[in-house]
Amino acid sequence: MSNPLADMDKPDVIFCIGTNMTECHPVAATGIKRALAKGAKLIVADPRHIVLADLADVYLPLRVGTDSALLLGMAHVIAREGLVDQAFMDARTTEGMAFLEHVQRFSPEWAEEITGVPAADIEQAALWYGQAERGAIYYTLGITEHICGVENVQGLCNLVLMTGNIGREGTGINPMRGQNNIQGAGDAGALPNNYPGFQPVTDPENQEKFEKLYGKKVDLENGITKVTALEMCGDQIRAMFIDGENTVVSDPERAHCEKALRSLDFLVVADLFLTETAELADVVFPVSAWGEVDGTQTNTERRIQRLRAAVPSPGVARPDWWVISALAKRMGFQGFEYEGAKEVFNELCEVTEIYHGVDWDKVEDGAFSWPIPFDGHPGTPMLHADVFENGRGIFNLVEQRDPAETVDDDYPVWLTTGRRLASYHTRTQTGRSAGIDYLLSEESLEIHPDDVDEWGLADGSWAIMSSRRGSVRVRVKATKRSPRGTVFTTFSFADVPVNALTGGGYDPITQTAELKVCPVSVVPE
Amino acid sequence: MSDNIDDGGNGALSTMTLDGEDVGFTPGETVYEVSERYRREIPTLCYDERLEPFGGCRLCIVEVEGSHNPVASCTTKAAQGMKVTTKSGRLEMHRRVLLELVASENRDLDVDPMSGYASGEMATLLDRYDARTGRFLGLRSGTSHPDDPNPFILRDYENCISCFRCVRVCAEQEGDYAISVMNRGFGTQITTEFDGILKDSACTFCGQCIQTCPTGALADLKALASKDVPGETKLTRTICPYCGVGCSVDLMTRGDQVVGVLPAMDGPANHGALCVKGQFAFDFIGHEDRLDTPLVRGDDGQLHPATWDDALDKAAEGLLAAVDNHGRHSLYVVASGRAPTEAAYMMQKFVRAGLGTNYIDNCSRA
Repeated sequence: MSNPLADMDKPDVIFCIGTNMTECHPVAATGIKRALAKGAKLIVADPRHIVLADLADVYLPLRVGTDSALLLGMAHVIAREGLVDQAFMDARTTEGMAFLEHVQRFSPEWAEEITGVPAADIEQAALWYGQAERGAIYYTLGITEHICGVENVQGLCNLVLMTGNIGREGTGINPMRGQNNIQGAGDAGALPNNYPGFQPVTDPENQEKFEKLYGKKVDLENGITKVTALEMCGDQIRAMFIDGENTVVSDPERAHCEKALRSLDFLVVADLFLTETAELADVVFPVSAWGEVDGTQTNTERRIQRLRAAVPSPGVARPDWWVISALAKRMGFQGFEYEGAKEVFNELCEVTEIYHGVDWDKVEDGAFSWPIPFDGHPGTPMLHADVFENGRGIFNLVEQRDPAETVDDDYPVWLTTGRRLASYHTRTQTGRSAGIDYLLSEESLEIHPDDVDEWGLADGSWAIMSSRRGSVRVRVKATKRSPRGTVFTTFSFADVPVNALTGGGYDPITQTAELKVCPVSVVPE
Repeated sequence: MSDNIDDGGNGALSTMTLDGEDVGFTPGETVYEVSERYRREIPTLCYDERLEPFGGCRLCIVEVEGSHNPVASCTTKAAQGMKVTTKSGRLEMHRRVLLELVASENRDLDVDPMSGYASGEMATLLDRYDARTGRFLGLRSGTSHPDDPNPFILRDYENCISCFRCVRVCAEQEGDYAISVMNRGFGTQITTEFDGILKDSACTFCGQCIQTCPTGALADLKALASKDVPGETKLTRTICPYCGVGCSVDLMTRGDQVVGVLPAMDGPANHGALCVKGQFAFDFIGHEDRLDTPLVRGDDGQLHPATWDDALDKAAEGLLAAVDNHGRHSLYVVASGRAPTEAAYMMQKFVRAGLGTNYIDNCSRA
């Protein structure tokens, strides 16, 4: 997020796109509700009539995979109506003129054709966001889990740059991170292209720095993403070590994924439970859970916070860092002598510019959001206040692209996937917490009541849903949260492995899977 | 407010007199907030600092010079030159009678502290004011909902004192508006739309009503299920393990068992707010399915329990065999977005310091 969570009740116009925040980030959503109580306007764009849509001043029910078209239509209106912040564009951006010319082609009527959203509503949303004193954008995986995820984000950046809605309280472009420590995992360098602190591995200076620190010369080329690695299993990739991920259930193309892991010569998994993925392993390490370990995690506003152990681990389960360092030592790797999490974190702070101003003791109260470049620096709750980290903000001349797969006679229905409030991911944790079943005990496929009738289904009946890759049997739930022709389910329940269906394509730059769009057929059992 | 307020625009304070002491305040502050800052112990029952002042319980009354009757300090704005008395014989008598009346409303005056964050507030005040006199006998408002089968929230309205903190936290803090007030006087009842069970209402089971209830009328059923676990309840501050918001929580433990979660009112990301997962989905860590020993696949193709020594040897051997036979680019590692940052750091060091490759990713792409 460019802006802190504390800003969420401060905008006068809020634009939520591809974020089911009341279910996926419920506590963050309370900030938006407070902003609304103070009179803020809410624009919600989502294919499904989610709870946020109930609260919206204008709801834009776009067809799945048409975000870019919607954003171009909005940019067109903002430019046409003279709502561009020219001073901001002159001072802080580049390619602005080309962009303003580019968007002339994309009228709201054009966008209506593609998105299905009435042009008048696109106009209204654009006017509100363009006129906002403090306009804030919030998005989640509904923007990124597409083959055009990068373009979708660039489309949002374009809106920000043309209106100057950044660098001030209550504004910004704010992706909500989905997992408790997905931010921290990236910060720590668990990426194929970055050392800790997002220092590119392709920079010889960084290579030299880490060679000194680690005593090993590291490849100057980017590594490969997990998606590519899974493609290469059994071929170039012969062994894997997976920590705390139920890959088989959470990743797309389940059959492919399972086959890939089975084709390895050797698989090591560290986890809390014998997950579907751990069941395929040659060695399984038991790790300590939340509540049993000391450590840190970094939230969606880049705030570094302390985790503390309250109870012992079961049996001989040990913290992840201990397991990894023990294995490294056993393999003869140098530099893995650590006494505890504190020492590991302090080393990260030393080698990482953005964490340089803190250490284990300083993050005790969770008072710092990175970057904290030096000791005594107060941290950076808001990014891009006076300058952009990477120079000028660049307008990108994005265009609308179709999803990897589009509906046809064989697969005439759009499937989109996500989460629900009471379950988390593959339910390895929520599914084992008492009482959660009372709220959500089984998977269901949310279908518009008229489609339920038309497709010969009934509320509560069983349906077979198939894509080009596989089929699942799932119970039908009639609900107007789903629009006509689009159905929704989650990947929470192992007995309805929706990832057997998804995986039609990947964003070519980030290799993020297109989990939000998958043409399917839905027929009675 | 008068015209002579000196707010100066640069942090200069206005002044008032609190129990004879000159104190500063920021225009807009209530008398209660100023008094709190100056460590006056004004009793409250309907007050929750996160919510709009309500002025319902009248315990926070103070005397203001020039005003005949005491006023509720939570709803009275501080004003330049105001002279306030927070403690006097008259006020204390008034408060005691109010508490005696409140006590007459409830079936139980003492509830298990596991009921919720604020559940002991009323009992504490009854003791402080020596108000367990039984002087008033009368009707009780509120009918319990023993028929609500939800596993999280006890709805024992016979212990309700109509402070409406639950209704207000649900509306103001959560924005859910799932519960409301029905009827008046002794007929007052906290209820949902159509007076049904919570699951059929807009309730999201975030548990905020439990945590703000000052009498335990609304209580944490999951924590109460462990009330007979022996030992003192200990609190440990940590961060919720679910989404990326990073809500602070206090884990309640007895011995080696986590028995519940309390929201951290000073949590920088959540200021006391939680959702159903953070509040209630904590006991997976003590689940019988937890792995408690390393497992190694044997010649029979099955996974068998092993010692750390054997498991580490086997894993090292297997991974090194791949590297030796197929090169260092044949080993790939995946770090967790769920584990602490130290795990991810160690994982990237594993491939970089160990193998000199960048063959690592985390689970952010799917």
